[in-house]
Amino acid sequence: MLNVSIYRYNPETDSEPYMQDVEVDTGGKDLMVLDVLELMKAADTSTVYRRSCREGVCGSDGMNINGKNGLACITPLSETLDGGNKLVLRPLPGLPVVRDLVVDMGLFYKQYEKVTPFLMNNTPAPAIERLQSPEEREKLDGLYECILCACCSTACPSFWWNPDRFIGPSGLLQAYRFLADSRDTGTDKRLADLDDPFSVFRCHGIQNCVSVCPKGLNPTKAIGHIRNMLLTSAT
Amino acid sequence: MVTSVTNLGRSGLSDWMIQRITGVILLAYTLFIAAVLFIVAPEFAEWKALFGQTWVKVFSLAAVLSVAAHAWIGLWCVSTDYLVTHVLTIKLGPAAGAQANLLRWCFQAAGAIVLFTYVVWGIQILWS
Ligand code: SF4
Ligand code: SF4
Ligand code: FES
Repeated sequence: MLNVSIYRYNPETDSEPYMQDVEVDTGGKDLMVLDVLELMKAADTSTVYRRSCREGVCGSDGMNINGKNGLACITPLSETLDGGNKLVLRPLPGLPVVRDLVVDMGLFYKQYEKVTPFLMNNTPAPAIERLQSPEEREKLDGLYECILCACCSTACPSFWWNPDRFIGPSGLLQAYRFLADSRDTGTDKRLADLDDPFSVFRCHGIQNCVSVCPKGLNPTKAIGHIRNMLLTSAT
Repeated sequence: MVTSVTNLGRSGLSDWMIQRITGVILLAYTLFIAAVLFIVAPEFAEWKALFGQTWVKVFSLAAVLSVAAHAWIGLWCVSTDYLVTHVLTIKLGPAAGAQANLLRWCFQAAGAIVLFTYVVWGIQILWS
């Protein structure tokens, strides 16, 4: 039997959130955390969480698992329990809780929106497509794979304190993804929008983001690249 | 773009630059003083002679100003991290949250007064 402690909150019936202890029969198998949640939901249908792809692609089941943010669907019990028998599930930290493990991602998306996450190009469109050399394309590796799960930004203390002004690791990784794209001509505008005391410079290199990213990406490195671009473009 | 009237460098990049440059100046000054202390180990008369030289005064003044600038950016960062509405609301309750701006400005004003006093006092000592 696995001991699960899960964060419960239903704003319609609960005055405040509480931790519920549940015993789950895993049949001795090394399940994924999402499988455990499915078992719990079968037993108590009021348990609420987000999920979709169940294979680490959609980014909808980011949550705090035994104190570390991650995707429930690709986190095996053996990895997170580390020999123990207790699984603690909480919603992603720092964002308002809608119900149980579901958080309101509004602030997170607002920061994403700020970095204009689409190609800007003011040169005349070619007849067929804008080509990229293999080398230019390579620069996007480690950036385009982000699935916007918010594990990184909600693990970042700077984002906890200033979720409205600091773009956060996820948004900044995306900002650099477009700054690094050879087909984008919006570099100057993008940099000008980032050169305030909060958007980029609230990153203090704590690297929580790097340690939690389920896709193995490195937002801190991308933030360093943005800072260098700001430096070289400065007068 | 997010701006803030109480920010020193007016942009994130210049704040960051000022932090780095003042950091280097402070490191150099610390090494200088340490070297004087432990290698020369001066008596009062030698201290007086050392600080009688213009370059030592200029170097010391640069260090004094560096401390002030470095500390201001640091204090400003800390106060805009923790002394904001949602953080105070969670930690101390809605009444404190509502006063977040006032609390932050008081904190910054206190910091500014201390640093200003420190700079004036530093100049006074160096040129007396
Ligand atoms: S960088 Fe990683 S942790 Fe952050 S949103 Fe993208 S995939 Fe998730
Ligand atoms: S490295 Fe920067 S973005 Fe990443 S967790 Fe730390 S402060 Fe946040
Ligand atoms: S359910 Fe899609 S990433 Fe986990």
